[in-house]
Amino acid sequence: MWIRIVTLITKELRVILRDPRSRVILIVPPLIQLLVFAFAATLEVKHVDAVVLDRDAGTSGRALVQAIQGSPTFRRVTAVRTHGELRDAIDRQRALVALEIGPTFSSDLAAGRAADVQIHLDGRRSNAAQIVDGYLTQIVNDHVASASARRPGAPPVRVVARNWFNPNLEFQWFTVPGLIGVIALLIGLIVTALSVARERELGTFDQLMVAPLRPFEILIGKMTPPILIGLVHVTLYVLAAVLVFHVPLRGSLAALYLGAVFFLAAVVGVGLFISALCTTQQQAILGAFLFMAPAVLMSGFATPIANMPSWLGRATVVNPLRHFLVIVRGVFLRGMDWSDVARNVVPLLAIAAVTLTAATVLFRRRIE
Amino acid sequence: MARRSGLRSASARRLAALIGKEARQIVRDPSSILIAFVFPLILLFLFGYGVSLDAARTPIAVAVEAPGEAARSLAASFAASPYFDAEIVHDRREREAAFVRGELGGLVVIPAQFDARTHDRGAAPEVQVLVDGSDPNTATLVQGYAAGVVGQWAQQRRLDRGHPPRAGSPIAAVEDRLWFNPGRTSRWFLVPGVIAIVMAMVGTMLTALVVAREWERGTMEAMLATPITRGELLIGKILPYLALGLIAMAMCSAAGVYLFGVPFRGSVLALLVLSVAYLLPALGQGLLISAATRNQFLASQLALLSAFLPSLLLSGFLFEISSMPWPLQWLSLIVPARWVIPCLQTVFLTGDLWPLFVRNTAVLLGFGAVLLALAARATPKRIA
Repeated sequence: MWIRIVTLITKELRVILRDPRSRVILIVPPLIQLLVFAFAATLEVKHVDAVVLDRDAGTSGRALVQAIQGSPTFRRVTAVRTHGELRDAIDRQRALVALEIGPTFSSDLAAGRAADVQIHLDGRRSNAAQIVDGYLTQIVNDHVASASARRPGAPPVRVVARNWFNPNLEFQWFTVPGLIGVIALLIGLIVTALSVARERELGTFDQLMVAPLRPFEILIGKMTPPILIGLVHVTLYVLAAVLVFHVPLRGSLAALYLGAVFFLAAVVGVGLFISALCTTQQQAILGAFLFMAPAVLMSGFATPIANMPSWLGRATVVNPLRHFLVIVRGVFLRGMDWSDVARNVVPLLAIAAVTLTAATVLFRRRIE
Repeated sequence: MARRSGLRSASARRLAALIGKEARQIVRDPSSILIAFVFPLILLFLFGYGVSLDAARTPIAVAVEAPGEAARSLAASFAASPYFDAEIVHDRREREAAFVRGELGGLVVIPAQFDARTHDRGAAPEVQVLVDGSDPNTATLVQGYAAGVVGQWAQQRRLDRGHPPRAGSPIAAVEDRLWFNPGRTSRWFLVPGVIAIVMAMVGTMLTALVVAREWERGTMEAMLATPITRGELLIGKILPYLALGLIAMAMCSAAGVYLFGVPFRGSVLALLVLSVAYLLPALGQGLLISAATRNQFLASQLALLSAFLPSLLLSGFLFEISSMPWPLQWLSLIVPARWVIPCLQTVFLTGDLWPLFVRNTAVLLGFGAVLLALAARATPKRIA
């Protein structure tokens, strides 16, 4: 029995690796994904253009503007003279944020009164605007605090913020481990869809069904190659994450691989299920894509699941990528241990069991 | 003179016949209706609900390690905040494990010396905010919200104690105003972007799949054998699908306003102009792909990938273009979605701002012209 399975696996691997088109699919999209996603998929806000309306008669306002210009967040800080110019700069998106310093800013500060500063933000990009708002408020408060350090009075409350797991909030530490999950999903789905659908188009699937192999042996034979190829990609991406992007790997690598194997099994199950529903390669590829786009968007890869409406958040338990992202990010950044990984493997097992059973039933029915 | 006008009217007649034929084909063929109407609604629905950046009610733990009244009142402020789901504990170690497992977005620690220091005139009392940095965007927002809660609490306390807010050490009265989106709902700016992504996919898919099928079936060759010119052929293909795309666009916009509650402050005319200018490059891209591949399988794949990935990643819809490395910033300049998304966000949230619209519309029409010219070149008039 093992000999038969190994023969089948070898044959499958050879078919996949010999076809130039599938070789391209195995090499080009992963490379593009790593390069483009790792650098483009960032919610960080840098190089912001801002305008300043400084109506302050004294010198404190000018010092504040200089402090803002010195901050690495901002690229161009342009002075405007009227409210009209300020409005125009935001309207036309020449500036994401406008700072308005009140006419009595210096004298208020000197007299110990509340000094008036207004921050106008472009709500059309409200996420970026809110982040810049936070930076800017910090700069203003620091500036005012340093200007008034020597004055007596009730001390203000100091908020000390510390970021665990990612002290400098490096965005790539968030994106790159996520990409490991996305690439495994992509490769697992495409390899499965290609191998089964091609056999059906060519009619060789029927031959396989009548060969002296038990259904369960065929299943293992079909499942193993995509899992192996997926693991190769996972390995390359883990290496890139550690060596190129310097993401800390704090947990157990073995636990990560355990999670990856079960994740790939679930993905192959989905791929086989899609292939069982389709009759041509084209349909299978389209089907895989139609599964992939929502699966990536609703996995927590780019935006957190907690932000979704709760009914949709609950529906994402059927998404294998969601569970694997918890594992891969957990192992990389949080140093997640075996028991936490195991807890997230359970839903993957369930998804694999359901989809593989469904696919087997569908294939049997087609044959009969 | 007469002959020339005769020629022109013959051309117009041919064009009308061609458009009529395409329109009939669309009505009879369920697949283009499916792509134009069902596909975008499903995508809009999934993206609109699935993609959100509002950190709604982050679960946090507040560790009150200080014994006094001030610490308790600050903890109560956290519990009352609409941004947090706060659980009050007495020692940070109680919830540290949950924090590592990712069940908490933040841990606020009010350390033991807090109360003593609020009375002391020397050292400033300190509050520690530990946030989960493994999701940097949420971490930044949570930090901001936490600082806001503490700041408001401190100000309120000074008022309660009879200090007018202006006395004591100077503070900056920072007032921030988020224009056009005072409620800070990320959906308001995401939905117009989602509409642009969906329409890029729909527009490209429509022409790519349908024309590739004509090539596969050989009906395209039959068309080429008629006295129709290449230009007429392309116009005859584009106009019906443009109409279909505009209906889909109207549907998506209506869903954005009525389903997702995005305001619509611009004019329908501006939306129409932008939609036409945006759909032309998408349709041209589809035509080019189908003429170059002449194969439904390849065409659909290329259409999805070339329309979907750039408009998702390099359009500024979700990811800030200004934060990317410069090669990607340059690359983003040729992504049509990058030009239309600011306009769509403006027409929904701000109103009509023609200087912006005219510039970006001109760029989009330029893309459309280039892509259509390339598609025309890729469509041979003669069969070799």
